[in-house]
Amino acid sequence: MGDDPGADQATRAAIEAIWRLESTRLIASLVRIVRDVGVAEDVAQDAVVAALAQWPTSGIPDNPGAWLMTTAKRRAMDVFRSRAKHDRAAAALAHDLAETVEDDPAAGIDHIEDDMLRLMFICAHPSLTSEAQTTLTLRLVAGLTAREIARAYLAPESTVAQRISRAKRTLTEAGAELEEPSGLERAERLATVEGVIYLLFNEGYAATEGADWMRPALCDEALRLGRMLVALAPHDPEVHGLTALMELQSSRLAARVGPDGEAVLLDDQDRSRWDASRIRRGLDALARADELTTASAAEPGPYALQAAIAAEHARAASADDTDWTRIARLYEDLGRRTGSPVAELNRAVALGRAYGPEVGLALLVQLESLPALRDYHLVPSVRGDLYERLGRTEEAAVEFERAAALTSNERERALLARRADAARGSGQRGS
Amino acid sequence: MRFMCMVKMDEANPQGEAPPELYQAMAEYDREGRLNGTLIDSQGLLPSAAGAIVSLADGKIKAIDGPFAEAKELVGGYAVIDVHSREEAVELGRRLMQIHVDHWPGWEGHVEIRQLAEY
Repeated sequence: MGDDPGADQATRAAIEAIWRLESTRLIASLVRIVRDVGVAEDVAQDAVVAALAQWPTSGIPDNPGAWLMTTAKRRAMDVFRSRAKHDRAAAALAHDLAETVEDDPAAGIDHIEDDMLRLMFICAHPSLTSEAQTTLTLRLVAGLTAREIARAYLAPESTVAQRISRAKRTLTEAGAELEEPSGLERAERLATVEGVIYLLFNEGYAATEGADWMRPALCDEALRLGRMLVALAPHDPEVHGLTALMELQSSRLAARVGPDGEAVLLDDQDRSRWDASRIRRGLDALARADELTTASAAEPGPYALQAAIAAEHARAASADDTDWTRIARLYEDLGRRTGSPVAELNRAVALGRAYGPEVGLALLVQLESLPALRDYHLVPSVRGDLYERLGRTEEAAVEFERAAALTSNERERALLARRADAARGSGQRGS
Repeated sequence: MRFMCMVKMDEANPQGEAPPELYQAMAEYDREGRLNGTLIDSQGLLPSAAGAIVSLADGKIKAIDGPFAEAKELVGGYAVIDVHSREEAVELGRRLMQIHVDHWPGWEGHVEIRQLAEY
């Protein structure tokens, strides 16, 4: 290490930044070569440790990514040589590696997209729980440390570290196929990858538990992953639909939270605070999704439909200016496409705004008996809203209170309690 | 966090036109940025002759067509990136300068990196 601790610290920060920019690509290429996610990550980490030891004195190389790749490959070769005593297959691989290492680092360039997409597929492997899928994606594809993942998920670091190592072990035991799937299987796996990314986004956008209404860090990671997926699978309409949805939803992040961290509903948001550049990118991505859907004579997928709904909100100057009729129709399509009772619930809201609260309530009555919605806090919340619009304030207050008791997010509970109080207050004023 | 990166240079640069290798390397740099999800938007700018400056001085608004003869440093291109830290933005800026070292001998200029206001 150098004599100047400040310079050392600056180099460390630079190495961390380089790792962030290179880790996905590095690990993705290594997975193809060593055919084991755990080993790939270990040798990539070894390369960073070597960089931390050398670069403070030798300086950062002109092409740090290539340096890390060569170092990691040499390390992988060592690993396989030591194992080769027991394993002929590993010996053959070591021979192969010996040739690879001599290669120009640029020679691997044709593989990059395939490698990175394969890494995303592996992280979304069906042998993993959805929790393990999201964690492993954050770790291997987004390049986050266990501590950062723990912070984003409000979980203890040790839990996250355990989850990561268990996931890697599961993949090894499952003999997770490292070939890139083709045809129908590829489409299915792509849908799973989209699901993992959207799960991350939603976890950030509508935190299911805890004190925060949102966790923007998770939304940011999901957006970056979405953009990455667009670059890797540019011909899939739903990839664009998903990105459009996330760009449009996240354009409202700043306006969704008040000065004291309280939740602010769509109707009450200051629309001038919506992020115009995200809206523009979201609308562009939606247009691309529509184009690809039309070209393939298919029906729009669930992400594109949700993005189309978000786009209606983004285009409207105010809640009253919103085209609720079109939104209700889009929710109908979404419900038909996905069979989701939540889409139907949202359709009840849209119908209520388009044709009057009674129409919304009529649909809600039909939904109440669905087992999937029995303890869902948004059912009484929507009912409360519709009652409130009808001036039935006492009934509205009761519904808001019921919704508050059902949610496990503290900010949302506070918001619902506020709405209950407000409904009671306006009722008393009216009487 | 999002940053705007502006490449600035002297338009009367004695090196003249950028060599084709530079454009190729820039395209590869953009591709990398899309693949790791950091690049949001980027464009090169045409010479200032195609632009204008609208200024306000002494309460008077004045429009002057390009080229901006008196300006020493002009924005030649920009990128909007989304990264985890300023160090990452600086590393991307360093790589951009490295491309100029490798493909445009004698070029001098800099990247100004500015964080976008958010929330």
